[in-house]
Amino acid sequence: MTNIPVEGIGIPGEKPKFQPPPGWKRYFSFSTDHKVIGIQYLVTSFTFFLIGGFLAMIIRAELITPESDLIDRTLYNSMFTMHGTIMIFLWIFPSLVGLSNYLVPLMIGARDMAFPRLNAAAFWLIPVVGILLMASFFLPDGTAQAGWWVYPPVSLQNPGGHLISGQAVWILAVAISGISSIMGAVNFVATIVKMRAPGMTFFRMPVFVWTVLSAQLIQLTALPALTAGAVMLLFDLTVGTSFFNSAKGGNPVLFQHFFWFYSHPAVYVMALPAFGIFSEVIPVYARKPLFGYKVVAVSSLLIAGVSLLVWVHHMFTSGTPGWMRMIFMLSSMCVGVPTGIKIFAWTATLWKGKIRLQTPMLFALGAVLMFLFAGITGIMLASVPIDIHVNNTYFVVGHFHYVVYGTVTMGLFAGIYHWFPKMTGRMYYEGLGVLHFWLAFIGTNLNFLPMHPLGLQGMLRRVSSYDPEYAFWNVLASLGAFLLGISTLPFILNLLGAWVQGEKAPDNPWRAIGLEWLVSSPPPIENFAEIPIVVSEPYGYGKDEPLVENAAAVRGE
Amino acid sequence: MESSVSSEQVQQKVHQESEHTHDVQGTSLFGFIVFLLSESVIFLSFFAGYIALKTTTPDWLPPGVEGLETHDPLINTIVLVSSSFVIYFAEEALKKNKLTLFRLLWLLTSAMGIYFLVGQAIEWRGLPFGFTSGAFGGTFYLLTGFHGLHVLTGILLQFLMLARSFFPGNYTKGHTGVTEVSLFWHFVDVIWIILFCLIYVWQ
Ligand code: HEM
Ligand SMILES: [Cu+2]
Repeated sequence: MTNIPVEGIGIPGEKPKFQPPPGWKRYFSFSTDHKVIGIQYLVTSFTFFLIGGFLAMIIRAELITPESDLIDRTLYNSMFTMHGTIMIFLWIFPSLVGLSNYLVPLMIGARDMAFPRLNAAAFWLIPVVGILLMASFFLPDGTAQAGWWVYPPVSLQNPGGHLISGQAVWILAVAISGISSIMGAVNFVATIVKMRAPGMTFFRMPVFVWTVLSAQLIQLTALPALTAGAVMLLFDLTVGTSFFNSAKGGNPVLFQHFFWFYSHPAVYVMALPAFGIFSEVIPVYARKPLFGYKVVAVSSLLIAGVSLLVWVHHMFTSGTPGWMRMIFMLSSMCVGVPTGIKIFAWTATLWKGKIRLQTPMLFALGAVLMFLFAGITGIMLASVPIDIHVNNTYFVVGHFHYVVYGTVTMGLFAGIYHWFPKMTGRMYYEGLGVLHFWLAFIGTNLNFLPMHPLGLQGMLRRVSSYDPEYAFWNVLASLGAFLLGISTLPFILNLLGAWVQGEKAPDNPWRAIGLEWLVSSPPPIENFAEIPIVVSEPYGYGKDEPLVENAAAVRGE
Repeated sequence: MESSVSSEQVQQKVHQESEHTHDVQGTSLFGFIVFLLSESVIFLSFFAGYIALKTTTPDWLPPGVEGLETHDPLINTIVLVSSSFVIYFAEEALKKNKLTLFRLLWLLTSAMGIYFLVGQAIEWRGLPFGFTSGAFGGTFYLLTGFHGLHVLTGILLQFLMLARSFFPGNYTKGHTGVTEVSLFWHFVDVIWIILFCLIYVWQ
């Protein structure tokens, strides 16, 4: 009997699509297999996570002393701008897209994404974005320096007068990453709506798929606004139009609207899939059905909807009139409701569960805990009087790092550990995983908790020197940052080591329920020997009912 | 290996299954509509920007500019809007397998699109302000230019479909491409109507 070529080149006799070459080479090829693309995304974005993290280390090394002694002011501006940009556009977004790419077709019982070539093309734009941004370090005036939110008039300054300025390259790169995201979003929405296996109704989709759908709907309806703003900004910067240039009659606040109309909901593009990961991981390791599955599923769409209506809370101090502040304060607080539902459901799922504290579960629980904290500071920031006080201080930086690191990045780690055996066919090392978790958990809190008192005391963000009275908390934060830096070592060691010579993973090491666990690890090309026919809800832990009608045939037995 | 499958088995199954579980054309059309959704957000953003700038900029029109001439743009509008009807009938003709009629009407649509573009180019050449003449000049050229780019794309896609119609193999399984191009054309038309009202009617 010839074996299905898991490491092979596809199915003999199939007309050649873009089937991956054998072995490791597949990850360097233009493949249209969603699983290869998923891993390409994950590896690429993790590389940028390391680069962005390296810049964060420089930032925190500069801030360990009150004086600006390590790097000069201009370079410091480059550092935080590139750090933020890389982390958002080259780490969080692409890594989540990568994980979703790997999982969604498997989870809904499809053989691939709806538009495989579009999928590959969307991925290959990411290295282009990365190269552009990296290249801007070598421009005569260096990289962009206006921060990741590129507010004019700062972003319209071009002291060197070069047409190709770091800022222009930045805008171009972000626009390209936007195009990639839109291509991805079209693909995800079409895949999830149109390619579900028979019996996989909307209310039999795993919550992860719901969150991906909601997140991608945000991409479709909000991202084009940023693209429009970026196009106008690029024209202002390079050919001298005056959309946002107040010196020539333009309106700089208009740019802030474009920017935040997207960049607020973008937070949920990052957070929703992380919520999806928690919803997949927690039931498995608590061995209980997800509490309130349908409500949790629908609340994702609600979060996406409400998130489109709250962007002005980032502009309370941009000359926004009082009545408008009121409206947006109230709408922002509404986001707390569907989010609270989710937290409640996770907690209720844990209640009286048989909890196994393996690495993915540790990361999921730690991330939920930190998300709880981020949620509270978020509600604080949404109230106008508090925001007026702490706006543009380290309080904000602390808040959003609890979201982007504590919640989303840690959530991603939970997901990567959880599905690592599926993706590679190997088990990771539990000891290293637990070590990674504790270093990261302590590091995150030590790094970002001190930023809250700093902000309340009035330390501004984006400064390279500060009053010595802020020194204590800054030293703590820097130590936390270095700990976080170190925490990635066991992670890298773990995954590389396990991938090369880890123990072989069974098809379903966690005894989890879900279509992806029915097939071999790693799944064969085209995923299923026969398309599954789904007959029950997900998360039937302890219920003993079959998930699909034709399990053996799906496996090809 | 217990988790492995024989390749012959998979090969057979793949071909039995993939036909009825994955409706390729339906998915393609759906994806295209989803794409148009995000396109409309770009246009909406530009419109919102136009309204915001127009209502907040003190010197909206550049010095020496009175307003826009509407006569020629109106004719242009009528031609473009009518082409939406023409493309509809072209599609109908194709559904009834009247291939020649389809090609004629399809070409007529493209011709009307080209008429529109040429008309706009002539208008641009005669205007007393440029892209960098304040917020007004900027938004005017941005909106009409971005829309014009869409008209051009539409025309190119129409030529592509026309060429494809000479390879009947592509036309046996429904005409998703044609449906998508004509959908795109209607979309570009609706955008123009809004744009015309915003820029030319509301001066
Ligand atoms: C080791 C982990 C990290 C450390 C130590 C760190 C540290 C910092 C610091 C100190 C700043 C403030 C710079 C300033 O305002 O002067 C900053 C800004 C920022 N960080 Fe991080 N960060 C880390 C991870 C992340 C991650 C994972 C993300 C997102 C996925 C992220 C996104 C951002 C963004 C968007 C900014 C704003 C940049 C700007 O002001 O333009 N960071 N980070
Ligand atoms: Cu926000």
